Amino acid sequence: MSPTIKPAIVSDLGHAVGPARAPRDAALAIHGLTVSYSEKPAVFSVDAAFSTGEISAIVGPNGAGKSTLLKAALGVIPRLSGEVYVFGDTLRNARARIGYVPQSASVDWDFPTTVLDVVQMGLYRKLGLLGRLSGQGRAQALECLDRVGLADFANRQIGQISGGQRQRVFLARALAQDADLLLLDEPFAGVDAATERAIIGVLKLLRKDGKTVVAVHHDLATIRDYFDRILLVNVRRIAEGPVATTFTTENLQATFGGRLATTHLSELAIMDDGH
Amino acid sequence: MGAEFVQLSLIPVLIGILSAVACALPGNFLILRRQALIGDAISHVVLPGIVIAFLLTGVTSVAPMLLGAAGAALVAVGLIEVVKRLGGIEPGAAMGAIFTTMFAAGVLLLDRTDTSTVHLDVEHALMGNLESLVWLQAEGWHSLLDLAILATLPDELVRIATVCAIVVALTLVFWRWLKISTFDEGFAQALGIPAAGLGLGLVVTAAIAAVAAFDAVGSIIVIAMFICPPAAARLMTNRLEHQVAWSVAFATSSATLGYIFAGYGPLWFGSPAAVSASGMIASISGIILGLACLYGPQRSRVK
Ligand SMILES: Nc1ncnc2c1ncn2[C@@H]1O[C@H](COP(=O)(O)OP(=O)(O)O)[C@@H](O)[C@H]1O
Ligand SMILES: [Mg+2]
Repeated sequence: MSPTIKPAIVSDLGHAVGPARAPRDAALAIHGLTVSYSEKPAVFSVDAAFSTGEISAIVGPNGAGKSTLLKAALGVIPRLSGEVYVFGDTLRNARARIGYVPQSASVDWDFPTTVLDVVQMGLYRKLGLLGRLSGQGRAQALECLDRVGLADFANRQIGQISGGQRQRVFLARALAQDADLLLLDEPFAGVDAATERAIIGVLKLLRKDGKTVVAVHHDLATIRDYFDRILLVNVRRIAEGPVATTFTTENLQATFGGRLATTHLSELAIMDDGH
Repeated sequence: MGAEFVQLSLIPVLIGILSAVACALPGNFLILRRQALIGDAISHVVLPGIVIAFLLTGVTSVAPMLLGAAGAALVAVGLIEVVKRLGGIEPGAAMGAIFTTMFAAGVLLLDRTDTSTVHLDVEHALMGNLESLVWLQAEGWHSLLDLAILATLPDELVRIATVCAIVVALTLVFWRWLKISTFDEGFAQALGIPAAGLGLGLVVTAAIAAVAAFDAVGSIIVIAMFICPPAAARLMTNRLEHQVAWSVAFATSSATLGYIFAGYGPLWFGSPAAVSASGMIASISGIILGLACLYGPQRSRVK
């Protein structure tokens, strides 16, 4: 809960756009989001606000609904109830400002397409259905590929690169979207140490440019190094706030229950000397 | 090759090519979506739709039959969803149940109604009647420039040419959407692309192509052309643009070579009887796929 209770935010059109706890400057504000694939909801009544210009983590055990939360926020899957605001606007109006990196398992790696081609898919929204891809667009895609250190792999088939490189190609595609808000689903899953450094380097540069990054993250050991804010979820919201005050043993215990050894948790949460 | 070729062979060859291309284009995307057999399934599922359209209108003209077929395809997709949800069974089983049921319903309908006056029977369904599509009014190549004689072109040709043009146009217009939602559906939806509707549109387009081709050349070609040219093309390249171009080239050459071999092949072996053009076209496409499996540059990509 935010300390101050403000009246409901009123949009330019004059109608209420959300309850008091949504800060107007939030890049992504989620209110009472519930999503369900069957009778049991995968995400239940979650509130969250991700501030502009910060790198935020979404953390929770497997099956906690983290991917579902991102997809519902993007409108990829329908929500049962709840509202989503992107930079204070509706998803429909703000869609062009969002970049997305899906969980890598969701893609057909045998698809006949090249690395550069995949990055160019980030330009599709701007190009529309029939707009021609200009030389400028191609150069832009190549530059995004260069930013993740993969310019040399532009003409490889997408399946013929390593897992870490695939993850970087997806990041390059999100960069090509030229978005203000980036949603990443486990960008560090299955990548080597060098790729992880490259990716976090790019994300920190984005933050410097005032962009907002929200990433599903698994490795509790790097939370303090990488992230400003954290949302702990397990179907419901467990806790949300700055890493310094929210990433506590107590909250981790509430999120993961008996799934992590207590000693392991306290070790991670108290450790604040970095490494 | 002169007047006789134009009169007897030009139209079947053109119809064969147009049918093959109309099926191969959506076939590329169906194969990449691991829905290759949907082409086969469609030609079964649409049967009751075609028969009902015939019963309602009493004619075998293109518009009602295509509407009937598209309607049947939509009903099938809806029923599969219902069976999947209510029965809680896997998609493959739901599809199998619906496809066979609808085909059976089509056969029953066909059996119970008097369709003896029209060309709606099992043999025709399988093989079409490619060889009978002659253009006797033509006097030679110059007839292609004579509007009065052009007006006597067989309906089947006009029909499949229209459908092929529609399929080509849809493929070009929705190219980007089809490509991105086939590769990465979640990302496509995040961009605001209506991926579910697009998938349904692809199936309905394939159904329309199947019905138009089915009418002219029979279901054997339809099944072969949905699968063989795109599958062979996938083995030639790692780029979707090139794959689709290869598939069109393979479809065209299957239709042309198949027709020629069927007509003249037996003569070369001293047999007077020509073999079925449809069967031969399907066989050639299978041979091309076989060659691509043996020699295609991207054949070993699957680890
Ligand atoms: N497409 C789907 N259909 C049905 N259930 C799903 C689907 N996707 C996810 N689920 C279920 O929803 C829950 C949350 O999944 P997910 O959001 O992927 O979790 P996470 O990303 O936190 O591991 C899980 O129980 C999962 O089994
Ligand atoms: Mg997930």
